Amino acid sequence: MMEKQFPLKKLIDHDGNLTDKSYKSKIDESFSKKLYYHMYRIRMFDRKAIRLQRQGRIGTYPPFEGQEASQAGSALALKEDDWMFPTYRDHGAKLVFGADMTDTLLYWNGRIEGCVPPEGRKIFPPAVPIATQLPHAAGAAWAEKLKGTNNAVIVYFGDGATSEGDFHEGINFSSVFKAPVVFFNQNNGYAISVPVARQMNSETIAQKAVAYGIPGIRVDGNDCFAVYFETKKALEYARKGNGPVLIEAVTWRKGAHTTADDPTRYRSDNEGKKFTDPLVRLERFMKKSGFWDEQWLFGIEETVEEEINTSVEEMEHYPKPDVNDLFDHVFARMPDDLMEQKKSYLRYLGGKNDGITHR
Amino acid sequence: MGKNGGVFRATDGLQDQFGEMRVVDTPLSESGIIGTSVGLAVNGFKPVAEIQFLGFIYPAYDQIMTHVSRIRQLSMGHYTVPMVIRAPYGAGVRAPEIHSDSVEAIFMHMPGIKVVCPSTPYDAKGLLIAAVEDPDPVLMLEPMKLYRAGRQEVPMGKYTVEIGKGRKVKEGSDLTLIAWGAMVPVVEGATAMAEDEGISCDIVDLRTLSPVDREMISRSVQKTGRAVIVHEAHAIGGPADHILSVINETSFLYLRAPVEKVAGFDVPVPFFALENHFLPTPDRVLDSILRTVQF
Repeated sequence: MMEKQFPLKKLIDHDGNLTDKSYKSKIDESFSKKLYYHMYRIRMFDRKAIRLQRQGRIGTYPPFEGQEASQAGSALALKEDDWMFPTYRDHGAKLVFGADMTDTLLYWNGRIEGCVPPEGRKIFPPAVPIATQLPHAAGAAWAEKLKGTNNAVIVYFGDGATSEGDFHEGINFSSVFKAPVVFFNQNNGYAISVPVARQMNSETIAQKAVAYGIPGIRVDGNDCFAVYFETKKALEYARKGNGPVLIEAVTWRKGAHTTADDPTRYRSDNEGKKFTDPLVRLERFMKKSGFWDEQWLFGIEETVEEEINTSVEEMEHYPKPDVNDLFDHVFARMPDDLMEQKKSYLRYLGGKNDGITHR
Repeated sequence: MGKNGGVFRATDGLQDQFGEMRVVDTPLSESGIIGTSVGLAVNGFKPVAEIQFLGFIYPAYDQIMTHVSRIRQLSMGHYTVPMVIRAPYGAGVRAPEIHSDSVEAIFMHMPGIKVVCPSTPYDAKGLLIAAVEDPDPVLMLEPMKLYRAGRQEVPMGKYTVEIGKGRKVKEGSDLTLIAWGAMVPVVEGATAMAEDEGISCDIVDLRTLSPVDREMISRSVQKTGRAVIVHEAHAIGGPADHILSVINETSFLYLRAPVEKVAGFDVPVPFFALENHFLPTPDRVLDSILRTVQF
């Protein structure tokens, strides 16, 4: 019943046919290529990161392959001055919105430098606890409203997050204060190993919006155009002072929860078969529309490979971690206790800043 | 807290004066209040969040521990969360269950957040202004028992009490008493009785629990050679254990007797019919003073 009330919005079907002709003029060649480029770029990044982890060159890594349309489509809908509150699986969206690729790798290599966004980009450090970022988004959006700006906030979270109290507290708060937030849920079917059916008794996540008196949208999360246009609409609705919107993007995590996880233990390969890969789907659409161009593809393949290689190189030649960073950013002014601990530890190190070997 | 002025009327009249945009009644949602304050703080505002009673802060523990305490550190200062969290706390006012908890140690244990606790009206105003001006998050504990316990002339204008500095309540030579909040009047009561026995007490009101005033503690203990630490928080892993380690690090060779602590017992804070047995009293403190001096 709820699936009827919250129909899955899509603009291109699995075979790449445009299902809503009213969008024909809005989806031109250059826009299609732009989306393909971003999705391809973040996929290549994702695959590279997994290999780097396997080779011991970065730490545990959570891949997002399969969710590129959700992440690129939504991130491209943002304006420069908007805020992004990602989780640990949303570095695809971050990269599309303007996060630095080297910084992103640094983050996954255990470096706090990876949390500092490029100048002027309002990207919050990824939330690692589940759903705690939803109230942050509500607060940042409320602040934008109090300042009288036109800026909006997007906050990402997964299906598992909808079971948390902060899911409710964040959406409830922002609905009461009509704060401009788009709550962008990527329902990828599993919270690590727990299927959505064990997460909730509701048919959809979008329907939960009803309880807050806000719009709830269900969108095919593997259809980059549907995600882009629905997010854009939601952001505009929020900007106009109407309050938040909940979007459920139905998608599929093709890989493991993290590089430390083995999904064959809890789900079968067949389960993901109903999802057409978002890049394949876009490629089919582009071929049918006459937008596909091997020369162009070759060009972006080269550009992306070079960018990724440069970033890996920069990450691996980044200055070594500085022990001062352990102490120096906890408070604006370091309290005496902490200063004592720092001095005493530096004395112990005897000037060997990075000379600690863990055995 | 807007229209009603808070359960203890601490914010009485503020909404009339500053309007509903600045003095805001929110959903009943502790994690939401603190989480939203994080968003406001990183986006240029200075939220002063009230948690109705410290015993109700636990749903917000997650937000404080996982975000408030570490955003500055993990973003290398790019994002900061200057905010004040106010919470009435402590037992002794015959309040219902959970309303009387003293869990300051939980927040002393957290890096990245300061904890203050005034025992006088003067310090309450000065510490609150200092907390608002502080560039980092500050938890301000307001001892419930003291809200209406006494009167003091307080300057009309703006002034601050420096965070991290204790207050010497009384000079003495035989023994150091360390307390804060509602325990300050308790140690003052014990001191009056001790003086009848010819024992002169140095009283330190810590005022800030994180970071503690190491210098005031060590100077006093080095002068007297004896110390009794008094708090209503539970004993094991309580604030006194940290103060003991400060004394151990700074003043071990000055000690003439083992340091005693008088604390709440390691039982859940009781329903109020038994709270007077749970709370340190001047008599219990005197007992420790005598044992320490006669060691």
